[in-house]
Amino acid sequence: MSLAPIAVAMSGGVDSSTVAAMLRAEGRQVIGLTMQLWNQRRLAGHDGMPEAVTGRCCSLDDVYDARRVAETLRIPYYVVNQERRFEDEVVRPFISEYLSGRTPIPCSLCNNHLKFDQLLITARQIGAEQLATGHYARVEFDASRARWLLRRPSDLGKDQTYFLFGLTQEQLSRTLFPLGNLRKSEVRELARQHGLALAEKPDSQEICFVPGGDYKQFIDAYLAEQGESLPDTSGDMVTSNGEVIGTHPGIHNFTVGQRKGLGVATGSPLYVLEIKGSQRQVVVGSGDELYSKTLRARRLNWIAMNDDDLPQPMRVSVKIRNRHEPAPAVIEKTGNDEVLATFDQPQRAVTPGQAAVFYDGDVVVGGGWIV
Amino acid sequence: MRRAYLDNNATTPLLPSVLEAMQPYFIEQFGNASSIHHHGQQTRAAVERARESVAALLGCRASEIVFTSGGTEADNLAIFGITRPGDHVITSSIEHHAVLNACKRLQEDAVGCDVTYVPVDGQALVSPDDVKRALRPNTRLISIMMANNETGVLQPVNEIGAIAAEADVYFHTDAVQAAGKAPIDVGQIRCDLLSISGHKIHAQQGIGALYVRKGTLLQPMLYGGRHERARRAGTENVAGIVGLGKAAELARAGFSNGEVERIRELRDRLERSITGTFDSVGVNSGSAPRVPNTSSIYFDCIEGEALVIALDLKGVAVSTGAACSSGAIEPSHVLTAMGLSPDRARASLRFSVGKQNTSEDVDLLLSILPETVARLRELSPVYNKAV
Repeated sequence: MSLAPIAVAMSGGVDSSTVAAMLRAEGRQVIGLTMQLWNQRRLAGHDGMPEAVTGRCCSLDDVYDARRVAETLRIPYYVVNQERRFEDEVVRPFISEYLSGRTPIPCSLCNNHLKFDQLLITARQIGAEQLATGHYARVEFDASRARWLLRRPSDLGKDQTYFLFGLTQEQLSRTLFPLGNLRKSEVRELARQHGLALAEKPDSQEICFVPGGDYKQFIDAYLAEQGESLPDTSGDMVTSNGEVIGTHPGIHNFTVGQRKGLGVATGSPLYVLEIKGSQRQVVVGSGDELYSKTLRARRLNWIAMNDDDLPQPMRVSVKIRNRHEPAPAVIEKTGNDEVLATFDQPQRAVTPGQAAVFYDGDVVVGGGWIV
Repeated sequence: MRRAYLDNNATTPLLPSVLEAMQPYFIEQFGNASSIHHHGQQTRAAVERARESVAALLGCRASEIVFTSGGTEADNLAIFGITRPGDHVITSSIEHHAVLNACKRLQEDAVGCDVTYVPVDGQALVSPDDVKRALRPNTRLISIMMANNETGVLQPVNEIGAIAAEADVYFHTDAVQAAGKAPIDVGQIRCDLLSISGHKIHAQQGIGALYVRKGTLLQPMLYGGRHERARRAGTENVAGIVGLGKAAELARAGFSNGEVERIRELRDRLERSITGTFDSVGVNSGSAPRVPNTSSIYFDCIEGEALVIALDLKGVAVSTGAACSSGAIEPSHVLTAMGLSPDRARASLRFSVGKQNTSEDVDLLLSILPETVARLRELSPVYNKAV
């Protein structure tokens, strides 16, 4: 066992708090770190935004909870401010993706640019060699491939590997996911055993910086605060045959697969099939038309193999959104940093901006961003 | 773990003799200083003795001292107690937030004052000429700090006091970081109001004082009994006041018994050693007149926040700047006002020495700093690009 201190990314939730308690119980020297990512009061009351917000990863209450856990465990604990970087690397891209007609995943960006990048650097700068988090995932070294592998956890209902596909070998080599072999109920039980007051705290579900989950309101309030005006992305609503059946107020109001709030009424239910950002068009159609046989992914990251290790098509399972059961498919290279996935069975609502993560059994082969 | 506390501008520990002086005023002598009976008389006497001691530190009469809950209240009382709607106020861009945010409040419509924030030069010094030029017919108050909390720079308060006197404008100076470190004589400064805080001079947190020149019409902020000559209502914090009195006595003695010089030597050794050991470091405001205990040093290509944490894990307590601003997203307003880039401001650390510090404390810092800074720079993407 390494005697070097280990840093724990503590969000103030049950999972990361339990990780800190587990490592402490193992006799590791633990340093608790919380990233201050977003000032929840910043847009409060702005353009109808809620006044006060709690229960999200960067709220003051969560910092308070994390600090209390650190006191209980008697470990050093620090809050590191990453608000600037978070705004640049997560918040602004989040907004520009929506305004371009895509549906972003801020959690992956935060993992790639904040948690496993800057926070890991900070952890190492202050003397830790590794960073542990409360993600449900497994990391292990595969000597035969000489690669660090990312694997799905034993509790597949809590699997968070989808958000972690962007991790590099260097990052994985310094990462610990102590909850990978536990079920959530076991984690809560451990939290109770370690005397953590927050053992019963509910899981957070929403995007941490979007209070109440209304991202459109957030975009309005953020742009207003920045003195920027919301670009006009209004345009036509068309069918898959190109027939104009109405207009829409802006492409950022839509996501592929959306049924509600389309503003047009027809006999049968209509869904958003595609958002054509450059033409400001929202394409709608029947539920059947929502299924796709293929997808293209770019900006790839490979975990189980090297970047140039896909000389021929490979059978994998592809997960196309967080709540999606990986579906059998064949992936093949179609260009520099681009992969085509062909599903055995067409998949519903393939959504640009979301990630496509490739699995070989429970091993994350790699992934990319759906275009 | 051996620990060294070098963040005395944030707060200081009580000195043993201060605690000793306070001790009787919790259980034995507990009276309300306004009571007629024996118990009240005992504590009244203690409060007035403390008032005399604080007055002696500042060179004023005891009746000119108003006890407050601390430096922030003293600053607020001075600013809101003097100004009226329509007034103009002059302050500087490097004041403590107790003054800056009070002035921001003055500017709100509900209060209706105008505020000029004079800039500072590259050494964080306010120019008396700038203050003079900012004067308007309706200028009511000038509030310029005596010593800055982050850099330790001593502002030209005597010159500013003369300008204020000539213009017949009230002059307040926040001397929270000057008390005990630089001699204070309100007659020489010619100020009308001067704030100090107990916990910066080895008294307790939660006690402070405002000097109010005799004849100054001060509107109270708290309404209640006629405590503190009707300038600050509320039953006196007797133990705190007694502690402040004792701390003021020790602070005054420090100028003649070599204590202030001892602190200066510790600070100077720390500074010399750091600037002599590392590349890409420097002292902020190094050539300005400064209080003897404070040193603000930049370590280029380092996140000051990470260095503070790394040092804390090894037992040394320092800070990136004002404790009240820690965790803030913006770099120090003081360091950026004097022209530091945001990166260099974020790379700056404040070391501040107190009476309890010994040579061993500085030794501990100097022994762990090289490897700590080296590790931070080794893992800094910016440093590796720069070299």
